Parts: sequence; C-alpha cells; structure tokens
Amino acid sequence: MSKSNIELQKFRTKRGKRLLTHLISTSLQYKLWIAFLLLLIVLGLIGYYRQLRYGLVVTAMRDYTSWGIYISNFVFFVAISLVGSLFSSILKLNKNLWARPLTRISEIIAVAAIICAAVIIIVDMGRPDRIFYVITHLRIQSPIIWDVIIISTYLVISILLLYISLLPDIALCRDRLTEIPKWKKTLYRITAINWHNHPKQIAMLQKVNKILAIAILPVAFAIHTVTSWLFATTWRPGWDSTNLGPYFVSGAFMAGAAVIIVAMYFVRKHLKLSKYITNIHFDKMGKLLVLLSLVYLYFNINEYLGPAFKMVGVEGEHITELFVGNYAPMYWFVQLGGLILPIIFLMFNRFRKPLPILIISIFVVLGAWFKRFLIVIPSLQHPYLPIQGVDESYLHYNPTWEEWAITISSFAWLLLIITVLIKLFPVIPIKKYKQGSETIFKQNIF
Amino acid sequence: MENDTTKIPARRKFLIDLSNGSVLAIYGLSYNSISSCKQASEEKTTLMTTDGKLVQVPNSEIEEMEHLSHGASPKEARKGIPGKKFVMVVDLAKCKNAKNCIEACDKHHNLTPDRPYIKVLKMQDNEKSAPYWMPKKCFQCDNPPCVKVCPVGATYKRTDGIVLVDNERCIGCRFCMAACPYSARVFNWGAPPEGKLDIPYSPETSLPSQIGTVAKCDFCPEMLRQNKLPHCVTSCPNGVIYFGDEIDDTVTNGEETVRLSTLLKEKAGYRYMEELGTKPRVYYLPPVDRLFPFEETTQENS
Repeated sequence: MSKSNIELQKFRTKRGKRLLTHLISTSLQYKLWIAFLLLLIVLGLIGYYRQLRYGLVVTAMRDYTSWGIYISNFVFFVAISLVGSLFSSILKLNKNLWARPLTRISEIIAVAAIICAAVIIIVDMGRPDRIFYVITHLRIQSPIIWDVIIISTYLVISILLLYISLLPDIALCRDRLTEIPKWKKTLYRITAINWHNHPKQIAMLQKVNKILAIAILPVAFAIHTVTSWLFATTWRPGWDSTNLGPYFVSGAFMAGAAVIIVAMYFVRKHLKLSKYITNIHFDKMGKLLVLLSLVYLYFNINEYLGPAFKMVGVEGEHITELFVGNYAPMYWFVQLGGLILPIIFLMFNRFRKPLPILIISIFVVLGAWFKRFLIVIPSLQHPYLPIQGVDESYLHYNPTWEEWAITISSFAWLLLIITVLIKLFPVIPIKKYKQGSETIFKQNIF
Repeated sequence: MENDTTKIPARRKFLIDLSNGSVLAIYGLSYNSISSCKQASEEKTTLMTTDGKLVQVPNSEIEEMEHLSHGASPKEARKGIPGKKFVMVVDLAKCKNAKNCIEACDKHHNLTPDRPYIKVLKMQDNEKSAPYWMPKKCFQCDNPPCVKVCPVGATYKRTDGIVLVDNERCIGCRFCMAACPYSARVFNWGAPPEGKLDIPYSPETSLPSQIGTVAKCDFCPEMLRQNKLPHCVTSCPNGVIYFGDEIDDTVTNGEETVRLSTLLKEKAGYRYMEELGTKPRVYYLPPVDRLFPFEETTQENS
C-alpha cells in the first residue's frame, strides 16, 4: 500500500520529496519497532498493575532506601528534556544556523521526556489516587509543589514551541499531501488551524517564536534547579550541597546533547536524511558535547572534592562508599566512561564521525542514567543514625523486576512518543522564512 | 482534658458502646470456659454489638478482645490538646535494651517487628568511649523538616507540640522520609498487617493503617487525651523514659515525677544533633553512672 502511495504522490521539489516521504510510506522496520515498543509497554503495565494491586511492596524500596530508580529515572527525564531549550533558545538566539535542522527533533524529545517525567513521578507515588491533592491541598512551601508548577509550565512552553514552529509545515502537509488516509487529512486540517502563510500570520509566528525562545530559557534552568532542590533541601550526605543546582543543570545539558546525537544518527539513517543531517552536524555536536561535558566536569569536581577532602561523618562514609565501596564500579564507570573518556575522544577529529560519536554518546547517556542512580540511592543509605533493628532487606537496594519493567517501559513510552511524532510531522523544518524587517515568504519550495 | 466529653459526645458514646461490647464479650468467654466441660460447643451467647444490636454468636466463635481506645477524627486531631506542650526525656544511663517499649508500641500500633516506630540503637561515639543503648522515636521537632516539605499538609505540627500524619491526606511521595534526619518515619509499603480493622480512622492512633502512606511514632495522643502516659513509658521496666508537659515543667516515668528543668540541669540533658536546628522535643540524659553494664547479647536475643 505504501509503495503505491509514494508513487502516486507528486512532489514539487527533491527537498519536499526527501522530507515528506516518511510521512506517507510505512516500512516493515517501522512496524516491527512499534510492536517492540508496545511489547515493552505491556510488560511495564503488568508490573504497574501488580504495584497498584499489592502496593509499593513489590518494589525493592524500603524505609531507608525510600526513593529508588523511579526517582532517578525522573531526574534523568527532566535532564534530557532540557535539550529542547538548548536548541530552540540558546543556539537559536546565538544565530547558530547549522543547528536549525536539529531544532524540531530536540523539541520533540523535550516534550516526550517531560511527559514521561510527569508520568514516572505518579508511578512513584504511594497513593496515585490522591494525585489531585497536590492541587486541592497544596502547600506552596513544599519544593514538590514548586516542581509541579515549574514542570507544568515547561511542558506548556515546550508544546507551544514545538507546535507553533510546526504550523507552516502542517499546513504544507494539508495542502500538498494527497495520498494519505482520511484521518491524517483531518488531523492536518484541524491542527493547521487555518494557517495560510499570510504575511501577517508569518510575522506573528516569528514574534511568538522569539518570545517563547526567550521565555523557555529561565524556565528550563528553573526546572532542573528546582528538581535539584528536592534533594538539596534535605540533610542527606551528597544532597546537602549548595552546588547541586548548577551541577544538575550542567549535567542535563550534557546528557541532552548526547541524546540528540543518538537521535540524529537513527533519524538520519532510517529516514534517509543524510542531505540534511550531515557529517558537519555530527562534528559540531561533538564539539558542543565536549564543551558541555567540560562544564559538567567542573561542577563534578566541585561536588566531590570538598567532602572528600574533609571526610566529615556520614558525608565521609558516603564518599568512601562511592569511591572504593559497593558503588565504586558504577561510580568509576560513570565518571570515566560517561564523562572523562568521551571528552578525551571527542577532542579528536576522527571520533566526531557519525558512528564513533554515536557509540560515545550512548556511553554518555548510560553514564547519565547511572549517575542519577548514584545521586539518589547511596545518599539514602547513609543516615545520621545507624541502620539497626530492621529487616535485613532494608539494608540493600536491588530493584525488582517490576521496577525494571516499569522503568524500561517508561523509555518505551518516550521512544514511542518520539517515533509517532516524527511519523506524523516533518522532522526537519521544511518551510523557510527570511528574517528581517520585511517578512518574505519563500514561495514554491516544492 | 475533662471537657472533651462535651466536645465530642459522639466519640465518647462510641467508646462506651464499645467497652460494653467488650465486657459482654469477656463475659461470654468466661461463660464458655465454664460450660465447655459440658461439651456444648454449639451453644450460643447473646451479645450486644457496637451499634447496639443484639446478636447470637456460637460460643466457639467468641474471642476475648482488648479494649480499643480511639483518637480524634482527622479534622479534630489537627488541633492538639489545649494548654499542653508535651516533652520527653530519655535517660540513657538506665536503658539496658529490654525492648519492652518496642513491643508495647508495636502491639498498640499494630506494627510488624521488621519495621517498628521505636528503635533501640547501639551507639558508640568513638573507639575509646563506651557503647550505650539509645532508644529513638520521633523527636516531634519544633522546627520539623518533614512538615516543611509535605506538599499537601498531610503531616502537621499541633499546638501541643506533637507532629502527626493524616493517612487520609498523605499521597505517598515519601519526601518527608528523605527530609527527616533521624529516619523516624516508616512507610506502609504493602497492605496493613492487621487486615481490616473495623474502626474509624484516627491520625492519633494511625489506625487502621493505610497502604501507600507514611507513619511514625505519635506520642500516643489518644492516651494523653485520657490523661494516661504513652505505651512506651509505662512498659519500660527501668523507668528510662520520662514524659510530661513543658508548661507544667513536670515529667514522670510512671514511678517518680520530677521537675523537667531540674532534671535537665542536674543530669546535663541535651538534644540529639542540636546543630541541625530542628529543635527536638525529646531530650537525652547522658549515659553516666549506669544502672546496668552494657551487654551486647540482649540485642541478639530478640
């Protein structure tokens, strides 16, 4: 079916053909990928059903390790959602033209990640049935409420950024794509909200985009800073730190950039977009990743040097546990494999080619995930008063299959949202408008 | 505390009904034990239920039950007992890890032994200093970190100094557990161990406990309302725990009643980790001139 559709569809330009083909044709690979994601999601739903039925007792969390991989996963999702602001705000406002083709994919990842973050935090709740109490009984002095407010703000701005910049492209799909099912036509017709490339509309769009690009920056910084305050407002070793805000934000930008590189690689490969996502993009992203990693390295040194030098009480115990104790293998994997080695490798030209940089970025992403595990869990296992007089199982934390299933399925959700959005809308911005005092609409680009 | 009756007649009436029921139940049991020699297991006894109905129950089904006392409703429990500021003093010189406080507490709060509200910790400040036992419960801080972080006001500070948890409000985010520097809080990870208790919920007893919510030591406000001491105080065989009112300046361990200020002055009372600024309402007296030698074995026994 898809083959014939693609033959019937007439494109005006090569550019249009390259960028719109994936909206019309559906490959077997795509279907298998979706099926695979759905399978993971079903496994996660089984895990969550058991958790709803028997309570959080199905997890490995207990009274000392009272937060587990749900929370570290939440912090990870919040972290990678920051990448949207990196592209649509920082790089855009600095007029980095090379980053344009990557803007939309970064915005899609941001929206998907922030949705998953919100969902995973509900999964962590002991009483998800009382979720609306955070509105009906809210107490503004609680950092959790600050997080709820800032996450919903960021979600709205991210969706607006993605949607508003998509409008001309949706209108284009509505006007040009003939060989698509009826529901897709309806979808484009409704979501294009009467966009007709009128100069007034274009002027307004550019204005709104600019306002949003500026507005998202403080919100993006706030979202991860507030998330760090969930930890920094307590007395736990490793959390009781004034460094935590910038430490989280810089780590988030590094992880986000690595996620973009991974996404770039697969989008380019499967949608055959090597004309638009070129080796230059990988090279530039590699350099950007080095820069962001160096900033993160700086805050990492700040985070550990002081406590490790002083070795005060439980703070010292915590450092010992990370450096040479039970968590040492994970800690050194994260610091070396996910931070220091990537910086060294990416300084060389030949490692900034698509395949090597993909592998390096996967290590950075894995390191980022386990880094959040190391931030959340070991801190809880070193309270001021010794852990005594409780069940043996309270002393350790090894996530159960339910926790892994739910966590993995949250990633499946993330990838599913990203895949579906890429399938429905052009992943590279098609319409181009010239900036300037007079807005000129570039006609007939395809 | 006497004026409670006028305030909450419904609860009082319920208590009276309930105690009638338990008296009848005990009567039934004793009747059963006398008549059991006649092998009349199918005989029935007429009993009055808590709502005043008369029912017939086979004697074999009758079990003795304890008098259950109830705390105030979730709304009333937020107010606290007027004119009181409760305070606790723990004399570390007298504790020999008998663990009777833990047992009494577990029993009255329906807790399983693997996650008690009270812990008796083996403490040793440094290598040279002698180890000692430190009973630890919720410190009912005057500047409570747990109350500060609660997003929905499920945990709150009362006028009488007690920090309670409303399990009908708690959303189970466990931020308070992360915030408490003393690890005082436990979580109801699974279904309550007691099964379904057919009593109205009260934050003052944390009963019936609710899945997916936080619980902790509560200073037994339902006992205090009856002018009685918390269970851990009365169960201690060595008079370790003193309990009382800061405004009256008196504390008692059930045997002797002393001035709080005098006790703290003469025995150099202190609060654990004063530097955190949480202002605990539990004081400790240092483990000097001990009543018992420190014995490790008592820990393994239980």
